[in-house]
Amino acid sequence: MVAQLLFFLLAIVAIAAALGMLIARNPVNSALWLVLNLFCIAGLYLTLNAQFIGIIQILVYAGAIMVLFLFVIMLLNLAELPRREDIDWKRGAAFILGMGVLAQLVYIVAMSFDVLPHPPAAQEAVATGSAQVLARALFTEYALPFEVIGLLLLVATIGAVMLAKRRFV
Amino acid sequence: MLTDFVPLFLMMALALGLALSLLKLHQLLGPKRPNLIKTAAYESGMDPIGTARERYSVKFYLVAMIFIVFDVEVVFLYPWAVSFRDFLAADAGLGVMMVVSFFILVLGIGLLYDIKKGGLEFE
Repeated sequence: MVAQLLFFLLAIVAIAAALGMLIARNPVNSALWLVLNLFCIAGLYLTLNAQFIGIIQILVYAGAIMVLFLFVIMLLNLAELPRREDIDWKRGAAFILGMGVLAQLVYIVAMSFDVLPHPPAAQEAVATGSAQVLARALFTEYALPFEVIGLLLLVATIGAVMLAKRRFV
Repeated sequence: MLTDFVPLFLMMALALGLALSLLKLHQLLGPKRPNLIKTAAYESGMDPIGTARERYSVKFYLVAMIFIVFDVEVVFLYPWAVSFRDFLAADAGLGVMMVVSFFILVLGIGLLYDIKKGGLEFE
């Protein structure tokens, strides 16, 4: 009950933050909305008992990757977009309501054919999403994908150096 | 269960509430008599010239990118560190050590390349 309440709260705030990110005219405001969105998604991970992923979501995405986004915004010297006055709220509301009705229809049809995936149950012990459980799978069964991630990070390092150190003469 | 995270949520709510209330309180309590000089941007006593948003050098982007790569590396090393004793107890310590060593080696090559190319130098 509490978990469901928390899920809907976080989901609604996450969607609102994503919309805010799209609507904001100032690119830095956009980035801050995205931070709120990432925090809500971290909360959603917590409701699924995936606490390690949740904390990493905050540390890496909301911390490191957002810093990169802000650097890019400043690198590109993006100015604030002119404010649009002609937003048609009636049309927007009609769109949202229409999408809501469509979602309900799709949900009911999918329910009747029983093709919906069953949501992951969060009733298991908290240990399912802990770092230890992750480590057991990551370093034994998925050791090769783990090494491939290392190669991917190497490619990212070399690519960044190549891009930034190139001399345009 | 979710109730195990209650202290965490409580702490986050407390931190958020403290930050927001401090911001709001100083807005409400502090006296404000703005004038043209006071509201001007501070530029070491000179009249401000140009915009505050200067273009950054691409070097900052490079440093941020390298930071993210090694941040992600540490994220992958954390599960290994917390369950190192479990692996030892399960007699898998050496194999996992080799897996992680190779991972660190691959990223070490990236760091070496970066240093050789002078990516971490600021002139």
